Amino acid sequence: MKKVYGSASEALDGLLFDGMLISAGGFGLCGIPELLIAAIREAGTKNLTVASNNAGVDGFGLGVLLESRQVKKMISSYVGENAEFMRQYLSGELELEFNPQGTLAERMRAGGSGIPGFYTKTGVGTQIAEGKEHKEFDGETYILERGIVADLAIVKAWKADETGNCVFRKTARNFNPPAAMSGKVCVMEVEEIVPAGTLDPDNIHLPGIYVHRLIQGEHEKRIEKVTTREKEKA
Amino acid sequence: MPWDRNQMAERAAQELEDGMYVNLGIGIPTLVANYVGDKDITLQSENGMLGMGPFPYEGEEDPDLINAGKQTITELPKTAYFDSSMSFGMIRGGKIAAAILGAMEVAENGDLANWMIPGKLVKGMGGAMDLVAGVGKVIVVMDHQNKAGESKVLQACTLPLTGTGVVNRIITNLGVLDVVEGGLKIVECAVGVTEDDLRAATEATIVD
Repeated sequence: MKKVYGSASEALDGLLFDGMLISAGGFGLCGIPELLIAAIREAGTKNLTVASNNAGVDGFGLGVLLESRQVKKMISSYVGENAEFMRQYLSGELELEFNPQGTLAERMRAGGSGIPGFYTKTGVGTQIAEGKEHKEFDGETYILERGIVADLAIVKAWKADETGNCVFRKTARNFNPPAAMSGKVCVMEVEEIVPAGTLDPDNIHLPGIYVHRLIQGEHEKRIEKVTTREKEKA
Repeated sequence: MPWDRNQMAERAAQELEDGMYVNLGIGIPTLVANYVGDKDITLQSENGMLGMGPFPYEGEEDPDLINAGKQTITELPKTAYFDSSMSFGMIRGGKIAAAILGAMEVAENGDLANWMIPGKLVKGMGGAMDLVAGVGKVIVVMDHQNKAGESKVLQACTLPLTGTGVVNRIITNLGVLDVVEGGLKIVECAVGVTEDDLRAATEATIVD
């Protein structure tokens, strides 16, 4: 089965519909599926619920889908870098479901692993626990969190072979594997597609079974906070 | 003279022991890395890295290599990368010995509030709720009072909680306090700060 597509728009063809749930990989602007986000903006799909750790920044990352008012609801752990997000949220145009970061990652992993719910002590006694089932195990209280199964996962890796086996680079891995697993369909963008047999089978970070469609493209890879140190004086 | 930011970080670094895996929060906790000296400490960054190195030299920034505060960083010979679910698996699973975090409020029962001020800008908890629920020891580093001069060390938190009964030790510009049965116990006063000064600046119950 051919997984490699010519462009982000072609790879998303037939997968997008209004009101859908999308899981997106990335942490801040690191390892985000920037080409697929741009193609969703172009497609104009509306009323999206997006599960993603962050919401991009103004004008980049998921921020571009907020600007175009395509997002109805975000499921995120931290959204502090986006003024347009704040404006829409405070004016009631945008819904927000805060998830602790580890709970969000595990909800994606669980959803993709056939686990509809799991118990965690994260958030017990806080706002996050309100309305959720509480259960005691070995004298400690835990809350029930649900797995996420998304209509579509959009993720980014460094390299993939044409069967979708892929490797990530450094901290750009982050939410991409769990987000990929959570999708009924997963579309992946990479910097380079290589022939099968090129990547070491012992060092595949995410096997191709989780990847249904694949594109290669140029990435801007914007840095959110350039931080450096002084060179020691000789 | 109360401690300044660097002195608070230096004091917090004394909490770390050889061989520990540690997560440092944003702000003053990040400065703790400057004071670990010869101790073999491995820093975890919850976006998926163990063995976090210092900031890069100018021109050597890598967009694929950032910390949880989204700053560019570097790797070390011992560095390992992993995904977010494994990262929080090690946090929730109690594999990380300690977290050093900032706070808006801490209560005498160990309750911590550091993620949200209702009605003001709402940014989110990030990984803080998972960290305080899972790591071995939670050390808070913060100013003892807010800008209005009110105690941030309270009988009960007023802001939405990050975790209940999770804080073990509080390091402020005025000194060090432990969360114990019945309240807080003074461990140490900052240079030039008396126990009376510390008590006067603290709303929480202090026990002997």
